[in-house]
Amino acid sequence: MNRPAHGSTFDPAQAAPLLLRLGHVGWLGLEYHSHGDDWTELVLPWRDDLLGDSERELLATGPIVSLCDMASGMAIWNAMARFVPIATLDLRVDYQRAARPRHAVHARARCYTLTRSSAFVTGTAHDGDSSDPVARFSGCFMRIDRPAVA
Amino acid sequence: MSVQPDVLTPYARALGIEVAGMDGGIALVLPFASSVEGRPGVLHGGAIGGLLETAGYAAVQITLAEQEIERRLKPINVTVQFLSAGRPHPTYAQGRIVRLGRRVANVAVEAWQADRAKPIATAVMNIMVAPARPPLGSD
Repeated sequence: MNRPAHGSTFDPAQAAPLLLRLGHVGWLGLEYHSHGDDWTELVLPWRDDLLGDSERELLATGPIVSLCDMASGMAIWNAMARFVPIATLDLRVDYQRAARPRHAVHARARCYTLTRSSAFVTGTAHDGDSSDPVARFSGCFMRIDRPAVA
Repeated sequence: MSVQPDVLTPYARALGIEVAGMDGGIALVLPFASSVEGRPGVLHGGAIGGLLETAGYAAVQITLAEQEIERRLKPINVTVQFLSAGRPHPTYAQGRIVRLGRRVANVAVEAWQADRAKPIATAVMNIMVAPARPPLGSD
């Protein structure tokens, strides 16, 4: 994948405290976990009030969508080596199995293509063993910091 | 008259989702708050996704209850299309069952704000409609 040649930087580890503190992701308590050249991994810690099924102590799927969305955004800024405003065009999540009760869920998103205006991301979510995912996801994002091309 | 199922999960309640009405199917509403904010002044896509999914499950639960069918719903997948930025206003969502089969429900969901005719996001969901209790002999 093409990486920008200029000297700008985006370090997910350094940006995380600011980007994950406020709003919906702050409310969820998302945390930075790790990153590589074109991927970023975030964690959703276990919380008793995010259940979709109280009886079975199963996490709702909504927080997983938010986790995948945010991990995707950070993977894109990481791959672009800069922070630019982006919007999610679409996001698909395939649920492989329910996350185990009282386990944090990790999502690792990889930005596999960057164009001038779009970014494409794929990733997996797991609850401790990355070889046994709880979900796979893919999404398409768009830069919204530039006027539309006529 | 069947008993109306509780369509709001602990997650949905924590997010602030409420039942908005039952006109033409169950509609839900998510008030704007900092807990659902993404970029400043804009609704977070994940919160919209959570609202859409909750509305999709609600539509299936209500229909099953009307038919007095007891089933357990399991997520298969969801695809969310984000159409425009969600403003700091209440967001509504309603699901429409495209097909309710014996194993799978296919549901189309729309979310809108001031104008029902201008959705801000749509979703397609496949939901497994599993027996409420596992059959004898299975674990």
